Amino acid sequence: MEALSLPAALSLVAGGGAGLSPELRAALGASLPLLQRDYRFERVWFWGCIQGVRGAYYIAQGLGPDRAAPRSRLYSLNCLDWSLLTPATEEMLALAEEVKGRFQGDPSFEYSLAEINPEAAARLVQSGKEPVMKEEARLIATIEQIDRAVGIVPRGAFVKTPLGSVHENRHFEGLSLAEAKKLSSYFHFTEPTNLKNKTLLEKADLDPSTDFLNSLEHDIPHGKGSWSIQLEKGGSVVVLRSLLWLGLTFYHVPMTKQFGYVYFGTGEKNLDLPFML
Amino acid sequence: EGGHGPYQPHEPGYGLDQPGYSPYEDEIPDAQARMLAIKNAKAYLLKTSTKSGLNLYDHFAAILTKILDEQPANTVDIIETISQDVKWAQFRKKMDTLRDEHLIPPTFEAAEKCKALFIKEAGEEEHEELDEEMGEPALPNVMETAFYFEQAGIGLSKDECYYIFLAFKNLISVQPIQTCRFWGKILGLEMNYIIAEVQLREGEEEEEREEEEEETVAEEEKEMGEGEEEEEQKEKEPEPPKSAYKPPPEIPKEANGTGTNKYVYFVCNEPGKPWVKLPPVTPAQIVCARQIKKFFTGRLDAPIVSFPPFPGNEANYLRAQIARISAGTHVSPTGFYQFPEDEEEEEGGDTYEENPEFEPPPVAEMVESLAMWAHHVKGILKQGRCVWINPAQKSEEDEEEGEEEEEEEEEEHQEETGQPLLTLISEDEGMKNIPAWTAQASTNLIPEYSIAILQSNRWPGAYAFASGRKFENIYFGWGHKYSPESHTPALPPPAEAEFPSEPGITEAADPTVEEELAFKAAQEEALAEAEEEEEEEGEDD
Repeated sequence: MEALSLPAALSLVAGGGAGLSPELRAALGASLPLLQRDYRFERVWFWGCIQGVRGAYYIAQGLGPDRAAPRSRLYSLNCLDWSLLTPATEEMLALAEEVKGRFQGDPSFEYSLAEINPEAAARLVQSGKEPVMKEEARLIATIEQIDRAVGIVPRGAFVKTPLGSVHENRHFEGLSLAEAKKLSSYFHFTEPTNLKNKTLLEKADLDPSTDFLNSLEHDIPHGKGSWSIQLEKGGSVVVLRSLLWLGLTFYHVPMTKQFGYVYFGTGEKNLDLPFML
Repeated sequence: EGGHGPYQPHEPGYGLDQPGYSPYEDEIPDAQARMLAIKNAKAYLLKTSTKSGLNLYDHFAAILTKILDEQPANTVDIIETISQDVKWAQFRKKMDTLRDEHLIPPTFEAAEKCKALFIKEAGEEEHEELDEEMGEPALPNVMETAFYFEQAGIGLSKDECYYIFLAFKNLISVQPIQTCRFWGKILGLEMNYIIAEVQLREGEEEEEREEEEEETVAEEEKEMGEGEEEEEQKEKEPEPPKSAYKPPPEIPKEANGTGTNKYVYFVCNEPGKPWVKLPPVTPAQIVCARQIKKFFTGRLDAPIVSFPPFPGNEANYLRAQIARISAGTHVSPTGFYQFPEDEEEEEGGDTYEENPEFEPPPVAEMVESLAMWAHHVKGILKQGRCVWINPAQKSEEDEEEGEEEEEEEEEEHQEETGQPLLTLISEDEGMKNIPAWTAQASTNLIPEYSIAILQSNRWPGAYAFASGRKFENIYFGWGHKYSPESHTPALPPPAEAEFPSEPGITEAADPTVEEELAFKAAQEEALAEAEEEEEEEGEDD
């Protein structure tokens, strides 16, 4: 969620019970603008918080002029001192899938891969590295996975220019109440994968400047989907909660430009989803 | 025609404002023809479209008016969207009335309900006098609790808290409540649950128990009546063999006011909606709830489709999870509660009372050592109850039917003992390398006003805080336990095996007459040989 609209946004997302203490909010209000100045980001988003067993990681993202470009991510243990995270690599993502369980809360903690996945450990040893995975790398990979899987925006909020870069749509006035209750009005904000699989009929209705992303309708499991859509506060806020990554909450106030998502959770994928629906 | 100029001699456009030299002039030099061309162009622009009734001329005029009025930045980049908006604006006026009627109901109905919460009842003054007689106010101070939890970053928005506060006030005025507490909020797919933990006044509980007993007696009478009819019918027809299977005896639920049913729970989907009472929980429901993991939908009458089949609907599943969460995560500072002196501790008493001599330890100690916290709700045994009961003890009616022999054959049920009440949470087991609880102070910057916060790792979403003499527990989450491994649903039992093959029941062809005669002849031969051998042996002697 936008750093500038943090207080209002946090109160809209608080239906799930998770939020930030006044101390942390005040700290964010002071440190996020400084981040923007130091790293020369155009926008700074507060991504959320991953709860470890002994401490929590607070994550912020910085965006440049092209909103769809890979984002810079920073983490902090106290919302004041931020450290830049390296971009995620495929290898990191593959290793992070193997590591299960809670985060420890200490960025230098090392997960011993020899216990978890001996093959990967052997490969690492051969290539000359130690068979461990640092918690920081796991953190990077988890944030990337969450963004790819459940980072969503409303339809029409972003437009793609003919040059390929993506900008906010200044004419976006919000979804209407009827549209806001449908899963097809929300898009994953990552590289689209199945746009080409749509039938010709559907493609004819698409507007290439706004419909360049995957919509949520096709999220597995089919039919019920992996989202819970609710109207809170008497229908004035639409809140989507992800069931795959428990803790990801997206909010949008219909007919206004306000929207955003934030993650407050343990950083673990809910693999039991098919049994729970 | 000459739109630019007058140009100075040093400017590049010098001379272009003269007729005949402007860049646009070279197309139609003749003035008359040019006027005609302009008129034709304008007539073309004024042509109304056959589809929409608009014409390009008016549309351009509207766009330019809008642009010059608003003067947005980088207009050329957004010109298409401006054009679309102008077109859309044309339609709005016609469809206005229809749309307004559709949109009004959902948003504003809910706002009306919230407003209704704020209306004071007419009989308020009488209620206030009664409260003074009763002693402590029953209404919990939700806002105060919310303030403490907010220091840890836990809790709902202030507006929602206040609505819940008012909803509690309504609940108290409707139901005969002795004490009540905001238990927490459980999220669901379509709607959420707001849960209140309540102790009803003593007289009311007995009335309810009588009602329940009357209902069960009436049901039994109905069954007896039906049974008699069936027996009459059956006497006429030959009866099929009855199965010898007896299901394991049903473990009785705990009485209201004890064990898992110590408190009564009321739920509502949103503050402003009516409160619904949840039924008491049975041990079978708890045992089954431990084996399944399902999201709540938000509708209390939704069925739970699962294996093993859950005995009840969503209201029962919700009640079972509430019982499990309360038993697992309700804690208080050690020493706040104590056993009453007249009761023996060996009985595993269920009651506790406040310790008037309790001295709250400093916050730093509460955070460092988990031994400063204790459970004040009894844990649930594997059987599904807090107090173990031997299911082999049957009622008198069953014994008269002559089942004493079967009782002896049943396995002996081992008595289960759980941890006694008021155990320290430092004895809670962790999972793998994760401790069961995480303790933190709310702030490190201002230690004199910080409070101790506990988070449960076994039930993510369960929190507790302590500050001086004040403490509270709360739950915000989806209502499921944390397990390091993925949830594996129970496998269905193996299919019934066929009856084992024995010679007594295997089919064999009956011997034919020839075979029987041959067999008989062979037997006689064998007998004859045996007699000859005996005779020979006799002769040898």
